[in-house]
Amino acid sequence: MSIDLKTVKHISKLARISIDDEKANKLKGDLNNIFEFIEKLNELNTDNVQALTSIAETTLRYRKDEIKSENIREKILKNSPEENKDFFVVPKVVE
Amino acid sequence: MSDITSQSLFELISNIKEKKLSSEEITKAFINRAEKSKKLNVYVTDNFEKAIDQSKKFDSNPNFDLKLPGIPIAVKDLFCTNGVRTTAGSKILNNFVPTYESTVTQNLWSQGAILLGKLNCDEFAMGSSNETSFFGNVQNPVGENLVPGGSSGGSSAAVAANLTPVTIGTDTGGSIRQPASFTGTVGLKPTYGSCSRYGIVAFASSLDQAGPMTKNVRDCSMLLEVISSFDQKDSTSIDYKRNNYSKELSKDIKGKKIGIPKEYRVDNMPDEIEHLWKNGISYAKDCGAEIIDISLPHTNYALPTYYIVAPAEASSNLARYDGVKYGFRSPGQNLIEMYEKTRSEGFGDEVKRRIMIGTYVLSSGYYDAYYLKAQKVRQLIKKDFDDAFSKVDAILTPSTPSSAFKIGEKTNDPVSMYLNDIFTVPINLAGLPGISIPAGKDKNNYPLGLQVIGKPFDEQNILNISYALEDKINFKNDISDWWLSE
Repeated sequence: MSIDLKTVKHISKLARISIDDEKANKLKGDLNNIFEFIEKLNELNTDNVQALTSIAETTLRYRKDEIKSENIREKILKNSPEENKDFFVVPKVVE
Repeated sequence: MSDITSQSLFELISNIKEKKLSSEEITKAFINRAEKSKKLNVYVTDNFEKAIDQSKKFDSNPNFDLKLPGIPIAVKDLFCTNGVRTTAGSKILNNFVPTYESTVTQNLWSQGAILLGKLNCDEFAMGSSNETSFFGNVQNPVGENLVPGGSSGGSSAAVAANLTPVTIGTDTGGSIRQPASFTGTVGLKPTYGSCSRYGIVAFASSLDQAGPMTKNVRDCSMLLEVISSFDQKDSTSIDYKRNNYSKELSKDIKGKKIGIPKEYRVDNMPDEIEHLWKNGISYAKDCGAEIIDISLPHTNYALPTYYIVAPAEASSNLARYDGVKYGFRSPGQNLIEMYEKTRSEGFGDEVKRRIMIGTYVLSSGYYDAYYLKAQKVRQLIKKDFDDAFSKVDAILTPSTPSSAFKIGEKTNDPVSMYLNDIFTVPINLAGLPGISIPAGKDKNNYPLGLQVIGKPFDEQNILNISYALEDKINFKNDISDWWLSE
């Protein structure tokens, strides 16, 4: 199996990373090398193996659903790229 | 008294407690040396001024009951530090100043430690040579133009060059143990769930662990004791009784069963590694340990498994970097264009590569063939270790398949770079604790490490075995300070 240029561009669209043709070609080569290496897993028959979904064999803890009012609006907005004291600012979404 | 910066954590604490040294003297000594060590490029952000203030504050009202009384410590720039810039080695977080503190760093400060600064690392901890950092590569103090390993390369270099007494790094596939091996230092990756992940910039959440990087095994046990804690803020943190690792540290490993896996060999592995491994085995025997040959049959499948699981988790974790709420933003005509430009300009090549791999293996039609397959093989790898640990108490292997390589040597071939982690990755996949200790040197005089792997939560045992081996190996780093400038 090999990854073609069209697939590379499709993945970059899904990943929301814009790439030009030169970069896409370079990535195509890299990804094919990496996937050739990954294909080694197909040597193994895993039909009767259960997938490992959690390495720590514990169940998630419950906690009380309590409101902890810390008034952190300012802290949350502090690193916002475009300054506005009340909201995060993004380009216009609704025409 | 030996030079301040070359002292171990244990010595510094003794000297502070006996009032032979003040926190201010120690802090200034490390800052002084850092000012002359810019060539190594270990610091992304320093905290020197505040550190001196804090050391004076400590000296004016010292509390010697703390475990790190007035000790200055620099940490990997992957730990969020309240009010101090945290970049994860990335342009996309170049201007990010957290408004909260990671749990493991908070544990350091609560025990009296003082933040010296933030240490360089591979971008989002993705790399094995510290060459993917937006802030440039780090020089290994062992020799000019050598990589310090990665991703915790600034951390390993800083400990080896006496720029911090100890440090903490993070390890997703070997990022503590491999750089420790490359710099002749000690690095421990704890059991998954031992150290809280809260406030650590996430790479692959089912593999990431923070851990100590130190000059010797005793310091390592002291630091682990401080950073390992149960934390409500991390849903995978495990509530169990942690040892007093430094108090219980012992060289008595008589009767311990140590497994030697035959699969931990690769083609073209330097003879010295095999030789040092054999030495380690005979030292363990001298200490009264019983050596048992074991097999971990799926070892060769660990790296391909890792390169599905880790990028898949990374592509999901790194979706948050969209230029909206924090970090770098590149303007666009519309929201989608802003996302795409921000991520294209904000991430480096290796991070993009891994996001692309992860996006692909999780995309519709490929999930079963790749991600599910990898999760199944991960189960087989874990079972290998479960079976082995029914016969042995610990496993001894080389830490890396080579010593430190030249800067630029492997940057054009991602797969050859990934092979660096072949002996460390299986341990993360199985969630086990592993420690790398310096074992000797190769023909170029570059350090090489041995790895001791333990059962889950059995850090005390691997520390004790390492402590016994360290004593027999008697490693000397002999670093020449070639980088110092006036």
